[in-house]
Amino acid sequence: MTFELLLFYVFGAILLGAALALITVRNPVYAALFLVLCFFTAAAIWLLAEAEFLAIVLVLVYVGAVMVLFLFVVMMLDINVEQLREGFTEYLPAGLVVAAAMATVLTLVITRFITMDPPEPAGADYANTLELGRILYTDYVYPFEIAAVILLVAIIAAISLTMRRRPDTKSIDPTEQMKARREDRVRLVSMESEPRERKKKKGA
Amino acid sequence: MFDWIMESFYNLPVVMQILFKITLIVTPLMLAVAYTTYAERKVIGYIQVRIGPNRVGPRGWLQPIADALKLLTKEVILPTNANRFLFLSAPVLAIVPALAAWAVIPFDDGMVLADVNAGLLYLLALTSLGVYGVIIAGWASNSKYALLGAMRSAAQIVAYEIAMGFALVGVIMAAGSLNVGEIVRAQEGSVYHWFLLPLLPLFFVYFISGVAETNRAPFDVAEGESEIVAGFHVEYSGMAFAVFFLAEYANMILISALAALLFLGGWLSPFQGILPEGVFAWPAIGWVLDSGIHWFLLKTAFFLFLFLWFRATFPRYRYDQIMRLGWKVLIPVTIVWLFVLGVFIFMGLGPWFA
Repeated sequence: MTFELLLFYVFGAILLGAALALITVRNPVYAALFLVLCFFTAAAIWLLAEAEFLAIVLVLVYVGAVMVLFLFVVMMLDINVEQLREGFTEYLPAGLVVAAAMATVLTLVITRFITMDPPEPAGADYANTLELGRILYTDYVYPFEIAAVILLVAIIAAISLTMRRRPDTKSIDPTEQMKARREDRVRLVSMESEPRERKKKKGA
Repeated sequence: MFDWIMESFYNLPVVMQILFKITLIVTPLMLAVAYTTYAERKVIGYIQVRIGPNRVGPRGWLQPIADALKLLTKEVILPTNANRFLFLSAPVLAIVPALAAWAVIPFDDGMVLADVNAGLLYLLALTSLGVYGVIIAGWASNSKYALLGAMRSAAQIVAYEIAMGFALVGVIMAAGSLNVGEIVRAQEGSVYHWFLLPLLPLFFVYFISGVAETNRAPFDVAEGESEIVAGFHVEYSGMAFAVFFLAEYANMILISALAALLFLGGWLSPFQGILPEGVFAWPAIGWVLDSGIHWFLLKTAFFLFLFLWFRATFPRYRYDQIMRLGWKVLIPVTIVWLFVLGVFIFMGLGPWFA
């Protein structure tokens, strides 16, 4: 067994264990942290498959940004786990259908590729980033652009859905604040100096 | 003698060689961290017309050693109802990315631990991981101030990471490579070939985001000692507390080193291409003027000084203003400049893209 294979099995075992813990653990913060571990080990396995761009982007986007916001929300909310578990039997049939569908799809994919010989490892001068970029901007340029536009629409939609005017809050618009000039706040008044009143004489 | 040392070094197992190299990077880094804290207190002291630490050792030079000893011997207190495992692993999660990022930093031409293709992406990914230490520390402490600090920090780091990423996209466009060594080599020629001038707005965005990413003043709302006592690490004491500080300073040095590498030509000498070639052959003086690790260290030290200068100069930003600066000012600036840069590269402008 080569060292790479050993690493693959180690990371694979951690990935499966973390995925299992993710759905069984009770504390939602632990669940989010296990998901982070899943992403990390998945990235390590992709690195072993010489897909360094995908691996690093997985860490950068999912671990570095998405999961941070996840944790953010999970920690802020006081989630009642009992309430979440209430409808378990009610949703069980739907869940089983989804599980069966996913299992079928996965089996189809795995049975198709399990007999395939492993591809030749690429040379030392192979750069995953370069190859991905070349394919994305030549062969798949239209799907790529369409995906980008869809994402842009999603961003705009998300912002416009959550944007609301709240006149009841006391928040101050920083732009308005920045516009404030000295002249708006300070008024210099030139006044004649008044003569100091003399101390009154004793006995007066 | 020297050959013999090199030969016995290459006869060692590869793992030993790598460990030896890591020691060579981490030991000076830790010393630099210790003396950055000393420099910080001295610099801010002089800016505020004080002397700063001056009791331990000559001119206070042993102050960081004394601080380290003090922190080492202090008790690590576990707060009641704190999550024990996460509470103790948070400092580790803070320092590991800060140290691991140094693997791809080239100190001189070819003097790098791991010369990987996607070096800059790796750096971006690792700097984005430092936030986990902060968040987990805030949550595991079971303290509202710690949680507030962690929440602020999480939102801030995610916001500024985007601006920083876009600024680095500009560097990648200009250099045409993700490898940090290649990026420096693309700036070879003279001081005018450095990416500072064509990428000037991106450089400002990068450094401002870098200051915000490391939670340094004026973006230190994660600590905010006047509002939420000390933020995420308020419940930490002893070495667990010290590790957070090690991570913060290691990150500061990392951001400074990256600014030097990506925009100021890293190890390249500013006299390259300006002085005649013969000057570099002079003994001693030629070595000083020629490109080398000392230029890289000097540029890094300059940016590190800027961190300290900022801290002594600017008042802390208000939270909503931080968010405004990140989302509404820095990100649009980077996007506009990426378009301008595209035009520059298309036209083959100047000495940079010719």
